[in-house]
Amino acid sequence: MSEHTYTPQSKFGKWFNDRLPLLSLASHLTDYPTPKNLNYWWTFGGILTFCLLSQMITGLVLAMHYVAHADMAFSSIEHIMRDVNYGWLIRYIHSNGASMFFLAVYIHIFRSLFYGSYKSPREIIWILGMLIYLLMMATAFMGYVLPWGQMSFWGATVITNLFSAIPLVGESITTWLWGGYAVDNPTLTRFFSLHYFFPFLILGLVILHIWALHVPGNNNPIGIDVEKPSKDTVPFHPYITIKDLFALLIFLIIFSGFIFFAPNILGHSDNYIEANPLVTPKHIVPEWYLLPFYAILRSVPDKLGGVVLLFGSIFILMALPWLDSSKVRSSIFRPLNRIFFWILIVNVLALGYVGAMPAEGLYLLIARVGTAYYFAHFLIILPVLSRIEKTQPLPLSITDPVLTGK
Amino acid sequence: MFKSNKIYIKILLFFFILINSSVSEEIKIPEHDWSFKGITGKFDRSSLQRGYQVYTEVCSSCHSMSLLSYRNLGEKGGPEFSVEQVKAIAANFEVIDGPNNDGEMFTRPGRPSDKFVSPYPNVQAAMAANGGAYPPDMSVLVKARKGGADYIYSVLTGYTEPPTNFDLEEGVYYNRYMEGNKIKMSNPLSDDLVSYSDGTKATEAQMAKDVTTFLTWAAEPHLEARHKLGFKVIIFLIILSILVYFSMRRLWLRIDSKE
Ligand code: HEC
Ligand code: HEM
Repeated sequence: MSEHTYTPQSKFGKWFNDRLPLLSLASHLTDYPTPKNLNYWWTFGGILTFCLLSQMITGLVLAMHYVAHADMAFSSIEHIMRDVNYGWLIRYIHSNGASMFFLAVYIHIFRSLFYGSYKSPREIIWILGMLIYLLMMATAFMGYVLPWGQMSFWGATVITNLFSAIPLVGESITTWLWGGYAVDNPTLTRFFSLHYFFPFLILGLVILHIWALHVPGNNNPIGIDVEKPSKDTVPFHPYITIKDLFALLIFLIIFSGFIFFAPNILGHSDNYIEANPLVTPKHIVPEWYLLPFYAILRSVPDKLGGVVLLFGSIFILMALPWLDSSKVRSSIFRPLNRIFFWILIVNVLALGYVGAMPAEGLYLLIARVGTAYYFAHFLIILPVLSRIEKTQPLPLSITDPVLTGK
Repeated sequence: MFKSNKIYIKILLFFFILINSSVSEEIKIPEHDWSFKGITGKFDRSSLQRGYQVYTEVCSSCHSMSLLSYRNLGEKGGPEFSVEQVKAIAANFEVIDGPNNDGEMFTRPGRPSDKFVSPYPNVQAAMAANGGAYPPDMSVLVKARKGGADYIYSVLTGYTEPPTNFDLEEGVYYNRYMEGNKIKMSNPLSDDLVSYSDGTKATEAQMAKDVTTFLTWAAEPHLEARHKLGFKVIIFLIILSILVYFSMRRLWLRIDSKE
């Protein structure tokens, strides 16, 4: 990281900056040296920042009109859709925004997996990222409960019921979560409160995430360290900002496609039926971005076992920097890891697919094989692979990627 | 960057096409060419007006539509009845209001600001009157069913003779597109059930089409505004991204030419 000292030009600027170095911070952010060979998979960090802010702003407006009460939540959403000026737009941005947020975060995570961004010295960035991801899932889950449709209600029932599997204290925990003996108005009001609060926690973690990033600087597609900052890097502004902006615009075009022309395609039609504790929907399915985990959860006949695997599947990712011991970061130079990376992607997509299907027959079988493979990938394949793999020779520097040290 | 990975992407795509085509046990719902489909989709104004007629004259005796107000019928992007027509429509309904200064509830003719009057005071009453089945509220029905407008239309036109050996209880009817092929609503439509003032022939299919159009608007009253705005937003984003792309290229030339 560049340790330059920044002195503001104006007298007032200097006076201010000596007391609160905001200008130094701004100057650090604009000059931040960034590897010049970053590809578009690196633009998703900026896109995610946009998504978070967009969710917070649209959410703020929605909260002005939404009524967190079991009897009124559903119709207050419809009031927003029908009577609030551009309420439909705000709501569709927020609901599709959640999906786009997850789309971006999955790309961001798999980018890290492919290019080994989780490896030393970026372990803390990675772990902060996983914490962000956990909070995102919690936030999205609670947000989905707020419209108080059938899927809201039954999704909440299924997921909160999981906690009852915890030995001894499980039942009390569920009762405590619900604020009663079933999902009901107290559940809705606390979910609303937490759904409003969690994004601020996420924002805090994102600041730490970027702070931690600015210590070692960015990884890059070939995964080697910056040798000569003057040759290998460009200042963040304007070179990276304009690239991020371009990628964001393309992302927004796709986002707008959903908002304006298929706003309900990613949701479940049952959520336009008001919650009814007496009628259980035929298939209770979570939102698409949680489906792989849902498949893992249902792959074991035992409830506690399912819950353990569910949380295990996420926490195992936190240990990734230590499970993969290869010194080479980028999979471009790791022929074996590259193959298993793609198998993992297929596996996760397959889990997502069966997560949407009833847990029976062939689907259940695929879910079981997929779950077993998922854990095998991180616990067996990766540790072994990273020791036996013969990596390809690395380039000497970012600037001369062709000059391999053959 | 991913050149060497193209082959994997292809395998992946193939895999999903394979899975997707191999499993489909559900009833296929035929698709129709609705005027409101697609990027520039708009409602057919006269079809909406006819659809409203079918709704009030036929469906509203069982199905409520509690999220709509009479004023919506005159709003832009909907059936667009004139202010006078909306007032007249609303006045046709008896609305319970009150309490008045004596503490009594009273009825008065409807006003445009009133919500659509429901046929039953509550869900239980609706079920009791319909042999235990609840005629669902129609405000968002189109969005609450997989297949949307195509599904609603299919159900309305899907009444056929049951196959032999098909068991139907009392008050249950055979429908090709309902789950389990059973529905507790008798076919609500039959030719010339209503008479359209614009001279359109009221065939069963025509009425089904009109009422489905109306229900789609009811569920998504800002659909036209959404399509219009979306078109503009996307054109704007495309132009802006082209401009940004070329400025980016210019800017990066400084870096790339140094190599
Ligand atoms: C005699 C009362 C009655 C009338 C009139 C009536 N319906 Fe129904 N409708 C019902 C009942 C009862 C159900 C519930 C059926 C069930 O659950 O099996 C129902 C269900 C439906 C459904 C839902 C099917 C589903 O997927 O659950 C649709 C769509 C529908 N009606 C459309 C209409 C339309 C359009 C009209 C007017 C043309 C109409 N109905 C008129 C009683 C009626
Ligand atoms: C709210 C969600 C998130 C935001 C706003 C965010 C933001 C960012 C930004 C701006 C960057 C730098 C640019 C880039 O590399 O794309 C970055 C890098 C990184 N992120 Fe995230 N992130 C989020 C979630 C996550 C998650 C869930 C993970 C995975 C666990 C993660 C892992 C990483 C890693 C490892 C890097 C370093 C990559 C490098 O050094 O090039 N992030 N993040």
